[in-house]
Amino acid sequence: MSTQSSRLAARAMVAPSVVLLLIWMIVPLAMTLYYSFRLYRLLSPDRTGWVGFNNYLWFINSPDFWLALFNTLALVGGVLIITVVLGILIALLIDQPVKGQGFLRILVIAPFFVMPPVAASIWENLFLHPQNGLFSAVARSFGAQPILFLENYPMLSVIGIVSWEWLPFATLILLTALQSLSSEQLEAAEMDGASAFSRFRYIILPHMTRAITVVILIQTIFLLGIFGEIFTTTQGGPGSASTTLPYMIFKQAIAAKDIGRAAAGGIIAVILANIVAYFLMRGLGRNLEN
Amino acid sequence: MARALSPRRKLISTLAAWTVALIIFFPVLWMILTSFKTEPSAVAMPPQLFTADWTLENYAEVWARSDYPRFFWNSVVISVGSTLLGLVIAIPAAWAMAFVPGKKTKDLLMWMLSTKMMPAVAVMIPLYLLFQRLGLIDTKFGLVIALMLMNLPIIIWMLYTYFKEIPGEILEASRMDGATLWGEIIYVLTPMALPGIASTMLLNIILAWNEAFWTIVLTTTKAAPLSAFIASFSAPQGLFYAKLSAASAMAILPILILGWFSQKQLVRGLTFGAVK
Repeated sequence: MSTQSSRLAARAMVAPSVVLLLIWMIVPLAMTLYYSFRLYRLLSPDRTGWVGFNNYLWFINSPDFWLALFNTLALVGGVLIITVVLGILIALLIDQPVKGQGFLRILVIAPFFVMPPVAASIWENLFLHPQNGLFSAVARSFGAQPILFLENYPMLSVIGIVSWEWLPFATLILLTALQSLSSEQLEAAEMDGASAFSRFRYIILPHMTRAITVVILIQTIFLLGIFGEIFTTTQGGPGSASTTLPYMIFKQAIAAKDIGRAAAGGIIAVILANIVAYFLMRGLGRNLEN
Repeated sequence: MARALSPRRKLISTLAAWTVALIIFFPVLWMILTSFKTEPSAVAMPPQLFTADWTLENYAEVWARSDYPRFFWNSVVISVGSTLLGLVIAIPAAWAMAFVPGKKTKDLLMWMLSTKMMPAVAVMIPLYLLFQRLGLIDTKFGLVIALMLMNLPIIIWMLYTYFKEIPGEILEASRMDGATLWGEIIYVLTPMALPGIASTMLLNIILAWNEAFWTIVLTTTKAAPLSAFIASFSAPQGLFYAKLSAASAMAILPILILGWFSQKQLVRGLTFGAVK
């Protein structure tokens, strides 16, 4: 159906989006790249000049860097595993003909509507707080010492909070996928004596592949840039225990006011994101083909 | 794939499902309950699910101490504005990619999505400087532009998956009847795509409403939306729990209620065409 003229028109219709996104991506990226090779400290504005790869070397040799890299990947990986596994289990549970299914969905979707600063502050103050938090009250009622979540397990706490925010998204997509599975197929398998596990393994799970792919793809995009939750709760600490790559860049830019080093960190983060994106697209891309 | 269950199994499943759902919802519920407590009962040990002295005072005080209506209005303008502008730019693009696909269409879509993988913090300073140069810091217009560009890939992708479900024969029929390209989009395609456009719109209003990085970086006071309002509220330590909860509730309730009412459309939109 595509004639020469309609193809031309199509190109004209795609052009504004492509141009805008190119500008949105390339201009800040080019500026970041430029700063990353410059000496640029807000505290000593008159000292400027090219410094080659010094900013990068500083960033990579900083003791925080490998920890931050590990934390970033742990956050993405941890949240993905928790939300996909729990999402599948909860979807299987809610998909059964239970009473009040519609209302259940309303309860389960709620965390998705809570903006990150609010989610972080609810968890920090009302639940994880060592004196007044609900968890410490529960611990004390059992005669145990309250756990200092944000002090002793900062990264796990952040992973927990972010998982809570993203669980509804995973659950709802997986639930929708589950509901499009025909029950006849399952009943036939059941009559043939397939166990509950093999029904799950060979019928339900393959049916959900595409949905799981989308969950992983979309969540990774958002998880790589997680910032607000850490900013509100642990501020990257104690020490650097919960500093991720984005947070390390933020600290360089805002606390140390070293734009050059922060920019080098930014370029490193972009490279990391591209590596992750490459493996994601390669590993998952074919699941999205129609 | 809902199947019939024995009454006993149904009871167990119902109980289990409700328990899980209540656990997931509980933090929001606890925040809302806390917002109606007095400060002493908000931190009472042992914690009380319900108290005898319910009060609206926290809401009154948050209202009096801050300019809530302005933050609220800024949130509305920024989230709705960025979404509508995004739709205007994305609809033609998604239409073209869905109905006149080229060899590179899939790659183009993936590239668009990959622009979202760039961590915002990484380009924070250049963007701040650019916005400063253009006089867009702390303006609603600036935030509309920033959030529109941020969500544009998601809008295009969602619309694309909806448009792809529209059978091409209908378009051919309308073309036989002499419809022009624009006529085709406005009179044939848009009505059929309306549910999809509505879902896309809802999801993006929610994403923009909850965006809490650029809104904080690029605003100070005038154009600050509710996500910046709540960040300013939780910053000084020693703010009491009940008031913090009331402020939090005021920040999330508008979008929570919108989300609940439009749950069905939203879920369909969220699947990004993953589920046929």
